[in-house]
Formats: sequence, structure tokens, C-alpha cells
Amino acid sequence: MGTHQTRVGGDPSDIPAAAVSARNISKTYGDVEALKNLTLEFPRGQLTSLLGPSGCGKTTLLKIIAGLLEPSSGEVEVNGIPVTGPGPDRAFVFQDFALLPWASVLRNVAFGLELRGIGRSEREGIAERYIRNVGLAGFEKSFPHELSGGMRQRVGLARALAVDSQVLLMDEPFSAVDEQTRRKFQEDLLGLVAEENKTFLFVTHSIEEAVYVSDQIAILLPRPSRVSEIIRPRGLRDKDVADIRRDPEYLDIVDQIWASLRFYVE
Amino acid sequence: MKVLGLRLPGMSSLILWGLLWEAVGQSGMSFFLPPLSSVIGTLIEIFGTPAFQKALSETARAFLAGVFFAIAIGIPVGILMGKNRLVDELLLPWVNIFLSAPLTALVPVLMVLFGFGMKSIIITTSLFGIWIIILNARAGVMQINRSLIDMALSFGASPWAAFSKIYFWAALPEILGGVRIGVIRAVKGVIIGQLLISIVGFGALFELYSANFLMSHFWAVLIVLFALAFSISELLAYLERRVSYYAAKR
Ligand SMILES: Nc1ncnc2c1ncn2[C@@H]1O[C@H](COP(=O)(O)OP(=O)(O)O)[C@@H](O)[C@H]1O
Ligand SMILES: [Mg+2]
Repeated sequence: MGTHQTRVGGDPSDIPAAAVSARNISKTYGDVEALKNLTLEFPRGQLTSLLGPSGCGKTTLLKIIAGLLEPSSGEVEVNGIPVTGPGPDRAFVFQDFALLPWASVLRNVAFGLELRGIGRSEREGIAERYIRNVGLAGFEKSFPHELSGGMRQRVGLARALAVDSQVLLMDEPFSAVDEQTRRKFQEDLLGLVAEENKTFLFVTHSIEEAVYVSDQIAILLPRPSRVSEIIRPRGLRDKDVADIRRDPEYLDIVDQIWASLRFYVE
Repeated sequence: MKVLGLRLPGMSSLILWGLLWEAVGQSGMSFFLPPLSSVIGTLIEIFGTPAFQKALSETARAFLAGVFFAIAIGIPVGILMGKNRLVDELLLPWVNIFLSAPLTALVPVLMVLFGFGMKSIIITTSLFGIWIIILNARAGVMQINRSLIDMALSFGASPWAAFSKIYFWAALPEILGGVRIGVIRAVKGVIIGQLLISIVGFGALFELYSANFLMSHFWAVLIVLFALAFSISELLAYLERRVSYYAAKR
């Protein structure tokens, strides 16, 4: 991996130990090489974005980490334990929400707990709390088709939070919601990363979104798929959410990423 | 339907056809077509007779048992075919062959195998209904949103939980569509079975009435059967509409 350069903010010893490590992951679908010898560490308690043009294997990597796909070679460790399949230490937030259309918001949010065998009153109590946390109080009895896209993704997020996993895997969670809602989501996500002591893996194809929400940005490039660069914004986390987009560092990083990605945009 | 700007209720055209029947019957054009009024008279008259009650209950038993097996076997098999490539490749050719096969021709074979009684009729009924139920359940499962399955797996769903909490419900609109058509076919199956075996249920009645040229009786039984088949189909269509709110949004 000769092109692998790292720009570290401050002393490397500032970076927490990895909660998730992906080592030498390759994945081929027939003739398509979706991932080739990819190695990446995800520091505990931080949000790492996977950023890259579509088709560069972001979803594939996330599903391998989730245990939903087997890599052709290489291995994933979560908290030092090799991943062999889905597990209670990871929860997934889906791009298309993946809600049960025949179930109420309450049952949807409680569904992860239901599958894990938690009794009804207990899981509904937990679900109600998270429904309130994501701002959907009063919609417990609504059905997904009665909600807007943004509200549906709040349901998906509450469901993932309700199972209280160490690691949250989010595959372009905000790409199917409108721009204003997305901005609100991004702010809320920053709050969530600060409050919850969880490790977030966040896939996006939006440069601005990645720089806004991330502690660490891994830029993936296609053909062959690889990590081309890791960027750790230095001072953005301490800023007020409203000021980040005017920060010189934010603007610099956005420009820098665009400079490396523009070549790959058809 | 609208006539002269007036909204007429659902099936008012039936009244028109009923009047036409009555007129043709009254004119005495054909011995085979007595007036509707006398058919209805006969219907009321024979409804309470033991022969009719026996035929009705035998038919209902055979029909319910046949439909039960068609559904209880058809849905799981269809879901399994939709989930599992190998099972699908093994079974799909047979399902397609039987779906289009002239099953009536099989009834004599069934009689030889299972005797001239209820058993053969139940099997005939199931055989008429099951294939479309399998095929629709399969189609329902194959269109399930991949991420719903990933979601269930990522939360550690057991195969049984995935089946009963995801696959079944996600495929339910298609399953109900298949059950509705399957049940209509099963009505045909139960009648054809009885006619060919003709010693039980309405088969025996038909035999009796047509052999004695009791045309009003014959038509009365026919009307009962048509009405039953139509009501069952409408009931299932109603259930189908109840789940259609999510059919488009899976
Ligand atoms: N199930 C699959 N079968 C075949 N090819 C696939 C499959 N899933 C993804 N791919 C291919 O692998 C590559 C990476 O896909 P994906 O991980 O979805 O990328 P991204 O999420 O970055 O858009 C793409 O070229 C895509 O066409
Ligand atoms: Mg993707």
C-alpha cells in the first residue's frame, strides 16, 4: 500500500486504541474487485468516515465489518475478537432505513431487542426512551409510511441505538433525506458521538458531510479499491456546531479532499 | 355504474340479467331454463332438505380440508423456494408443469390411488389450489428488500425468526393474492372431483337432478355454488386490500 499517507492531527499517541480493525481485506464479486488488500483502524469512541465515489466498495467494507458478508481474504476484529458473523457488539443503520412497513414505530425501534429475545415490556420501555431521544415522541403508534424520510431514518437510528452496541455502522444514513433535515441530522450526530461512548463507522459520498462530522476520514478510491489517505481534522471537534462550516480548517480540508477526488469523477 | 346521472349500487347489473333470465324462462323457450323465480322457489324449498344439507356439509368439509392443505403446504414451500436457490431449481419445473396441467385428467388416477371417497376429493381440491399459492409466495419472497433481510441478520435473527417475522409478512400481499386465486381454483377442484366421483356431496345431487331432469333443482344448486365461490373470493380480496397499504412500500 505505497500510496497510504497519513496526516495526523497532533501527536499520534492522541489517537485512542482501535475498536475495530480491518486487516488486508479483499473482496471480489465474480470478476469485480470491490476491495483489494484494505487495512484500516477505527479508533474507539470516535467517528470515522469512509468517503469515496460510488462503487469504491464502501458498502462492501461496512457489510464485511457487520458480518453480513465474508471477505475473500483478510480479517476484521472488533475489540480484539475476530468477526465471524453479525454480533451484538455492532448495530447497522441502513441507507434505505430497512423498517418493517407493517409494524408501528414502537415495534420497529424495539425490533432489534425483539430479535435478541428481550421481553415485550422491557424492550418497549427501552424503545420508548430512544424514540424520545431521537425526537419522535408522540409517533410511537405511527407506521413508517406515515412518516417523512427524515423521521424514518430517526426510527432506524433509534433501533440501532436501542440495542446499545459498542459500534454503530451507518451506510449513507442521510443520503435519502432532504438537505435541511440532513443538516439537522449531522448536528445531532455530533451530539451523539460526544454523548454516547460508541465507535461510529459512517459511510458517505459527501465531502462536506464527512469533514463536518468526522474525527477521522478515510478516503477510498476505486480501481483498485484502496484507502488512499487518512485525514484527522485537528480542531473542529471543539468548535460550536454552527461555526464549523466557516472554519478555515474545515474549508481547507474540503478543498484538499476535492483535489484528490476530482480525478476519479467521471 | 351510472345511468342517467344516477349512481347505482355495486352489482345492479345483476338485476338486469336476472330479469332477462326470468323473461326467457317465462317464455318457455327452453325446457332447460326454467324462470329464475321458480329456481329461487326451488332453492328455498330444497335448502332445508337432508340431501342438500348433507351435500353442502360434505362439500364444505372437503373444500376446507383441501384448502387447508394447499395453504399449509403451499406457503412454506413457496417461501422456501424463494429463499433457497437449490430448492427452487428442484421444484420450479414441477410447479410450472402442474400449474398449467389439465388436472381434471388426473382425477381418475387419484380415484384409483385413493379410492372413491372424500380422500380423493380433498386431494383433488388441494391439487387445484396449491400451485398458484406456491408460485405467489415464491414471487413475494423474491421481491423482498435485501436490506430488510440484512437488518434481521445484523440483529442476530434466527432462521425461524427471519421466516416468521420478515419473510412471511414481507411476502404477505403476494401470498394473499395467491391464496385468493388458489381458493377459487380449489372451488373448481372440489366440484370437479365430486362430479367425477359423483357419489358424494353435490356430485351426487347433480347426478340425481340431471338424471331426473329436475332443471330448477339443478340451477338452484348451481346458484348456491356460484354464490359461495364469489363470496369467498370477495372476502379474500378484502383481506388483500387490508395489507395493500404496505405492498407498494416494502
Ligand atoms: N452483490 C454484488 N454482486 C456483484 N457486484 C457487486 C455486488 N455488490 C457490489 N458490487 C460491486 O462492487 C463494487 C463496490 O460496491 P459497493 O460496496 O456497493 O460500493 P459503494 O458502497 O462505495 O458505492 C461496485 O463495483 C459494485 O458494482
Ligand atoms: Mg454504497
